[in-house]
Amino acid sequence: MTGKKAKVQPAISKRTLFSVISASSVGTLIEWYDFYIFGSLAAILSSQFFPKDNPTAALLSTLATFAAGFIVRPFGALVFGRLGDLVGRKYTFLVTLVLMGGSTFAIGLIPGYATIGFWAPLLVLLLRLIQGLALGGEYGGAATYVAEYAPENQRGYYTSFIQTTATLGLFVSLGVILITRELLGVEAFADWGWRVPFILSILLVGVSIIIRMRMAESPLFSKLKTEGKISKNPLAESFGKKQNLKMVLLALFGATAGQGVIWYTGQFYALSFIQKACNVEFVQSNVIVAVALLGATPFFVIFGGLSDRIGRKNIMLAGMLLGVLTYRPIYDKMYSLTDLTTRQELSDAQTISRKLAKQPNGDLLTTSTTSHFYSDGLIAKDIEKTIATSKAPNSPSKPELTKAVVLPSRSFWLMIFLVFIQVLYVTMVYGPIAAFLVELFPTRIRYTSMSLPYHIGNGIFGGLTPFIATALVATATKANEVAPGSVEKPYLEGLWYPILVAGVCFVIGLLYLNNKRYTTADD
Amino acid sequence: MDAIKKYLGIVWILLGVYAGYDRITDSLTKIASDKLEDRVFGWVVLCVLVPIVVGGLILFGTYAWQEEYDE
Repeated sequence: MTGKKAKVQPAISKRTLFSVISASSVGTLIEWYDFYIFGSLAAILSSQFFPKDNPTAALLSTLATFAAGFIVRPFGALVFGRLGDLVGRKYTFLVTLVLMGGSTFAIGLIPGYATIGFWAPLLVLLLRLIQGLALGGEYGGAATYVAEYAPENQRGYYTSFIQTTATLGLFVSLGVILITRELLGVEAFADWGWRVPFILSILLVGVSIIIRMRMAESPLFSKLKTEGKISKNPLAESFGKKQNLKMVLLALFGATAGQGVIWYTGQFYALSFIQKACNVEFVQSNVIVAVALLGATPFFVIFGGLSDRIGRKNIMLAGMLLGVLTYRPIYDKMYSLTDLTTRQELSDAQTISRKLAKQPNGDLLTTSTTSHFYSDGLIAKDIEKTIATSKAPNSPSKPELTKAVVLPSRSFWLMIFLVFIQVLYVTMVYGPIAAFLVELFPTRIRYTSMSLPYHIGNGIFGGLTPFIATALVATATKANEVAPGSVEKPYLEGLWYPILVAGVCFVIGLLYLNNKRYTTADD
Repeated sequence: MDAIKKYLGIVWILLGVYAGYDRITDSLTKIASDKLEDRVFGWVVLCVLVPIVVGGLILFGTYAWQEEYDE
């Protein structure tokens, strides 16, 4: 925000612009796909690589979950951001794509703990660290690259295509997992089929690399390079100078922290709440989120384009405010759709089924399912699993009890609508943010400066949402066990974290952010 | 408006201090837990989230107090 008048940017044809957007978006989409499949398959992977009876392997498992999720992403932002400001955007985000795709492919090839023991969790942790670093470097590069090609007055519209990739990556990962699981069957998928989504990644990455190799360096960066104005030390310029550091802090506390918690609540906590608090069964819960994601995805582009006309700040802050005001009623409604205490059971219609399955190690798994039918069409299943080992067939393990709810059509669509509303908030806060961040910092240190607040806001503030929310629910539930009724609706307590962060971010953004476009010295 | 931004600087500094106190006590409880997940989570909050929230908010509040964000 130097206040200097913007220079005229050379005109780029729409065809070139959309080639740039396609090359950047496809790569970013694949990176998000790679990133999400690990999370979606966490339960299967933990049994393959991280047996619970080994404390060291269990520690590596927990670290692997945290590591790529958010801890190393800001470091990736620093490492690759610096590189991007020194050698260029194109080559840097080509490297991140190779690292991400290569490590995902390699996860699909690692033998399980049963085969190589301790090496299995260690290798997975290492590859997860590489994935996190790569993701930290990718987004800033793609957003900067597209923004530096786009006309100044349409940056919101063109960069919003990059913004769709995170949601589409999640959607594609859910789709590939569900299709592979459907084609191979649940048991084969749990045994070896989970490797398919990982191995498939190499094909997608290969295509993306070929497309990206053909692209030229961003015009603004090339111009800086020709003029010899590239920063010699982007890290020192970004974070060592008060003029720029104050904007990094404003970006973090006035935009990206709120964006991060709204994003994780709408796209991840919603799924976790549907599965764990509402007990909706696996396939149906994933379909609910997938349909909501697909329906809301075009709004990234709509809000990105709108931000060019009515300002980025207005749209982002409106999304945060709506989340703050409506999360509790929305989640309360979601819970009520599966609340069995308010429903009438058709006691005559109860059914019980039993299934025996021999495990690869010779153990016998018995699954007993009692289905309860309700007057509105809802089905609640009580599933009991016991394992009889081949060594002691007559003394089966302690039963593992789970619940699964199958929603009737009306509740199913209402649940989709409630998730859709949340993803709509995500599109409001996330659609304009790439253009907002790009315009906040000068070209010479843009990649470094924008990547760090983005990944701290999105990765750390947002990434912690599921963990802090779950901890808050557990504390409230425990308080109710000690003093029944002391916390009303404990299942909603987890929402205080995103509400508080988004609320503070809204106030800071409202007061300190400027709604007019920031113009930087080099643009 | 500039005066509000300036005096709110104190609020952001105090919020940083309070968030630090709240998160440090909470994460120390988690670090002492028997559960491995809680212990790792406690260390992550203590070593990653706390420095960013405390340092960031205090610095942001200081800049606001110094009228760095005035129009």
